[in-house]
Amino acid sequence: MLHMKDVSKVYRTEMVETHAVRNLTLEVQAGEFVAVTGPSGSGKTTFLNIAGLLEELTGGTYLLDGIDIKQLDDRARSKLRNEKIGFIFQAFNLIPDLNLFDNVDVPLRYRRLTRGERRKRIEGALERVGLASRIRHYPAELSGGQQQRVAIARAIAGSPTLLLADEPTGNLDSAMAREVMQLLEQLNEQGTIVVIVTHDPEIAARAQRNVHVVDGVATDLERAPSLVRPTLAAAATGAQAG
Amino acid sequence: MFAYYLDLARRSFRRNLALTVLMVVAIAFGVGASMTTLTVLHVLAADPIPGKSHQLYRVQLEPRKANGARPGDEPPDQVGYDDGEGLLRAARAERQAWMTGGGTTIQPDRADLKPFVITGRWTSADFFAMFDAPFAAGGAWTAADDAGHARVAVITRTLAEKVFGTTDAVGKSLRVGGAPLRITGVLERWSPQPHFYDLDAGTYGVKEEILVPMTTALELKYSHQGGTNCWGPSPDGNSQAPGAPCVWSQFWVELGSPAKADAYREFLVKYSLEQKAAGRFQRDPAVRLRDVTDWLVYRQVVPSDAKLQTWIALGFLLVCLINTVGLLLTKFLRRSGEIGVRRALGASKRSIFFQLLVEAGTIGVAGGALGLGLAWAGLWAVRHQPTSYAELAQLDLPMLAATFALAVFASLLAGLLPAWRGCQVTPAIQLKSH
Repeated sequence: MLHMKDVSKVYRTEMVETHAVRNLTLEVQAGEFVAVTGPSGSGKTTFLNIAGLLEELTGGTYLLDGIDIKQLDDRARSKLRNEKIGFIFQAFNLIPDLNLFDNVDVPLRYRRLTRGERRKRIEGALERVGLASRIRHYPAELSGGQQQRVAIARAIAGSPTLLLADEPTGNLDSAMAREVMQLLEQLNEQGTIVVIVTHDPEIAARAQRNVHVVDGVATDLERAPSLVRPTLAAAATGAQAG
Repeated sequence: MFAYYLDLARRSFRRNLALTVLMVVAIAFGVGASMTTLTVLHVLAADPIPGKSHQLYRVQLEPRKANGARPGDEPPDQVGYDDGEGLLRAARAERQAWMTGGGTTIQPDRADLKPFVITGRWTSADFFAMFDAPFAAGGAWTAADDAGHARVAVITRTLAEKVFGTTDAVGKSLRVGGAPLRITGVLERWSPQPHFYDLDAGTYGVKEEILVPMTTALELKYSHQGGTNCWGPSPDGNSQAPGAPCVWSQFWVELGSPAKADAYREFLVKYSLEQKAAGRFQRDPAVRLRDVTDWLVYRQVVPSDAKLQTWIALGFLLVCLINTVGLLLTKFLRRSGEIGVRRALGASKRSIFFQLLVEAGTIGVAGGALGLGLAWAGLWAVRHQPTSYAELAQLDLPMLAATFALAVFASLLAGLLPAWRGCQVTPAIQLKSH
């Protein structure tokens, strides 16, 4: 699904050249749950932005679902992003003057679906995150955890194959963080690829696979039995125990 | 998507109401001021006879004495008796009209109506067909009436209703300047603006109530109104008399094609050479044959202050637009976070650009509506000015449409840069800092 080979990203100013990502090679297959870890400024977010087609790469090759993204113009890239990728951000990034329905509607609007189809998807996505009853509420009327669930609903309403999450629990307390993680794991179980950038070793431990980024260089850590995500039931038990 | 963009624009206006109102007001003032002055200019520079303005030509000859001639001298605008009568008699154009403005007294038969003075035009039979004068009843007098100094007249509907109480006045007799004239026709209300065929009688707002054959008016000694230029003493002090070295009347011809105009120009040169050979003209031939459009330009009919005001108003609109650009830029860049989110969720740069442009255009429509009100108020103020064209300053349908078009165009123009900057927002940066 996601195939990066020798990908690099260099930010250039008149004085300085910063290598945010160097020769990153990574392959993510269908159904995987990958955690990308690393210290601040190591290039995790740049990797995520490249993966999400929000940044152009300076060198290397990136194939998303077999499509070489270097060959695409902004329009085709936006279409691909809209259809294949869902984003979840640390700061939720909901649009404050749109209610939940309209927030979840945003990605669907750019797909030119019929009104009925959009409504069905929006209601389905909000139901899935347990917020169907708050459909006409505004983001400011929700807690942080609820807002992140709306962001997840927005990300999944378009049925993407790849979910990219940048510190999705970073602004949440531990109970809410667990809720959000369970939701992501559920989605992964149902076939969506999840790539999550995190500082949190606990979150990383729940992923099937860890990629560690330091100074823009990614190391695909070997999959140790301790890193394999426990089953959903075990996680739920663990959450209750913790 | 357009409906979606409109909805987003509406939400955006509600979010930044004060900023939106400021932009609408800025565009409205710029558009209002521009449309007020442009409407005045549009009225002043209007084609007074659409469809024929390139077929009607004003004739100019050079009958003045050689003494005082300077290179590049333009011939006089008007002609004297000899040339007017001579060119009319020669009848070398498809139609020709010799004319001047004048004034006379109407002495109604009705006891309840006292004699009154009116403005008129002394001309020849082709005048009506040449200038598309619309008849409500009857018609023009004939060339034979011109030649025979016939006691005939054409009057306007207003005069007919005033004197006879009806427009059905054809055949009736009206005492004009002491002589009874038979009415051959009644004109509809008709007043070409500007008064192109005789600018010396006034440029705008000239109302002529009666038209009488030139030969008749001269014989009955109806008074002449307009400019007179003489370069020597006139016989009996009458500048309109045959042989008088004066110009005081206008001569127009209708020529259906450029070839016919060239032929007529040649005829005028030949005529001038003949007059010089006969000793009446002293200078070399200098003839001019200007069509209505060229004539209005030559005579600089549009007042220079109206042009200046228009430039000032357009400058003001530019200032308003620059302000709007600044405000839109602020508004759009303040929404960089939202733009970043939309980009991440699948909006292309193009979608964002059009979304923001629709928002700018919507501000333009609101600015246009308010600007229309301001233009209407501005024109109301112009109509209360003591100028000859004051009453013409009305907002017609094309200018109304132009007001909206200008407002939308101006706001789209003002929106281009901010929308471009908006769609260039880097989503990655915005999403992290949002």
